[in-house]
Amino acid sequence: MSPASIGGGMEVKMKETKNCRLIRKKEIADGIFDFVIESESISSEAQCGQFLHINCGEGTFLRRPISICDAGNGEVRFIFEVKGNGTAELAKKEVGDYIDVMGPLGHGFEIKDSVKNPVIIGGGIGVFPLYKLAKTIKNADVFLGFRSKSRVVMEEEFEKVSNTVIVGTDDGSYGYNGYIASAMEQYLSFHKCDMIYCCGPKPMLKAVKKIAEDRGILCQLSLEQRMGCGIGACLVCVCETNNEGMDKYKRVCRNGPVFYSTEVTLND
Amino acid sequence: MIKTKINFCGIEFKNPIVTASGTFGFGAEYGEYADLSEYGGFSAKGLTRSPRAGNKPPRIAETPSGILNSVGLQNPGVEFFAKYTMPYLASEYDTNVIANMSGNTVEEYCEMAEILSDTDAAIIEMNISCPNVKHGGLAFGTDPDTVLDLTSQVKKHCKKPLVVKLSPNVTSITDIAKAAEQGGADGLSLINTLLGMSIDINTRRPVLANNMGGLSGPAVKPVAVWMVYQTAQTVNIPIIGMGGVMSGSDVIEFMLAGASLVALGTGLFLKPDLILSVKEEIENYMTHYNIEDINDIIGKVQLN
Repeated sequence: MSPASIGGGMEVKMKETKNCRLIRKKEIADGIFDFVIESESISSEAQCGQFLHINCGEGTFLRRPISICDAGNGEVRFIFEVKGNGTAELAKKEVGDYIDVMGPLGHGFEIKDSVKNPVIIGGGIGVFPLYKLAKTIKNADVFLGFRSKSRVVMEEEFEKVSNTVIVGTDDGSYGYNGYIASAMEQYLSFHKCDMIYCCGPKPMLKAVKKIAEDRGILCQLSLEQRMGCGIGACLVCVCETNNEGMDKYKRVCRNGPVFYSTEVTLND
Repeated sequence: MIKTKINFCGIEFKNPIVTASGTFGFGAEYGEYADLSEYGGFSAKGLTRSPRAGNKPPRIAETPSGILNSVGLQNPGVEFFAKYTMPYLASEYDTNVIANMSGNTVEEYCEMAEILSDTDAAIIEMNISCPNVKHGGLAFGTDPDTVLDLTSQVKKHCKKPLVVKLSPNVTSITDIAKAAEQGGADGLSLINTLLGMSIDINTRRPVLANNMGGLSGPAVKPVAVWMVYQTAQTVNIPIIGMGGVMSGSDVIEFMLAGASLVALGTGLFLKPDLILSVKEEIENYMTHYNIEDINDIIGKVQLN
């Protein structure tokens, strides 16, 4: 697309939707698909915690927001669980098919050089958006929680890029027996930590927010919400914040998906 | 040479494509995907007298060929728009801005009309059909006498062309349209969303936190085309048609039914640069059928 002129003659390159070829596909657990697509621009622009807005195909009307798991060398990886008709349709794509993608979108994780002892904690499908982050900051202690042993994925990959990795299962069938936020809480009693990065289901986000704030630790949470446009125009994918008035609800797609824990209430 | 200019209420639009209020924010986000100057104009996010936080999320549910939304008019308020947003839009973009307003009372509508009249907005669109707020909104749009009274009162305070946005959730849209015309409306826009509900069978709860919301997207298009047609047959003021537009063909369809301008809305969520393909398709259609002036197709449906 040609650059368009806006404002005082300033040349600005327009963003566009991209048709990206699916080059690798694997079902890494029952109903969980690991996709790698080709895109030079997304690969080079993607920041940790950003997402793609994907046209899943037949029978869907809205795009589906799916977090970027990893990006580099002209490739972009995302992992998703089949939950509804959109993800079911997406899972039908085969290597060589093209996927209509918008992105990278959103405000991702803030990475600060001043942070010495980072902790990353993810639950379920919330572990995938944390992988590029773990790779980037390298020295994190990582906590990964899953429902049971059959759902455990990416453990070895995280181990290769992290300081330590602790895996837990809700039913105790593998690793730490119980909610992974409890494992992190015990760890924090004995270890220094000056930043927690978290992505996972709402109850886990709430638990991690409380644990972090009780200890005065900065904490970044990646949120999920039903989304419309994906770029901040339609105001449907909001989350409740501690602000009043017109800033009470912020846009998960544009202001987020990553917020500092102290900004959001998680009450919605 | 193809001519796509439309004169709407005395304002020149370079082409008949505008956007539907609420789907387009204040333009900045979609301006990243296609220059806003590509549009004939755009309708900005609905404004209220005071800032509004909006409804609790979730505010959206996907439905067959469409969506339900219940944003609840989250907006910074009319004064913020007049002071900051509109001057910026006017200085940055070569397109017409349609300012959209919703009130709780007749007085609020009148005050907003006065405030917006002193801005660079080209047109003021009066929303009497928002389904997602407790007071006002839709309550104003379902009774012809109320519409007549409201429109004539607001008209006294409005120095810009006044377009009344109609709800499809009425027994007779032509009765409402006639009332707005009698009240002095310069144009009409339709349709706003249809009331709907979607229930999650696993939780047995509505998907929307607000329980119900407004349906838009291709699912509503035939309803919208029919209402535009009926309304165009009834009134002598021009119409902005909207509801499920996804292509240039859809724009042509609304124009044949009687719309002078046609708004893109929910379709932008799938294709943020929809304007570009829509314009190309319209030009191809005009070339194919040897139509020199797009005005020549407005209302030109031939009934069987």
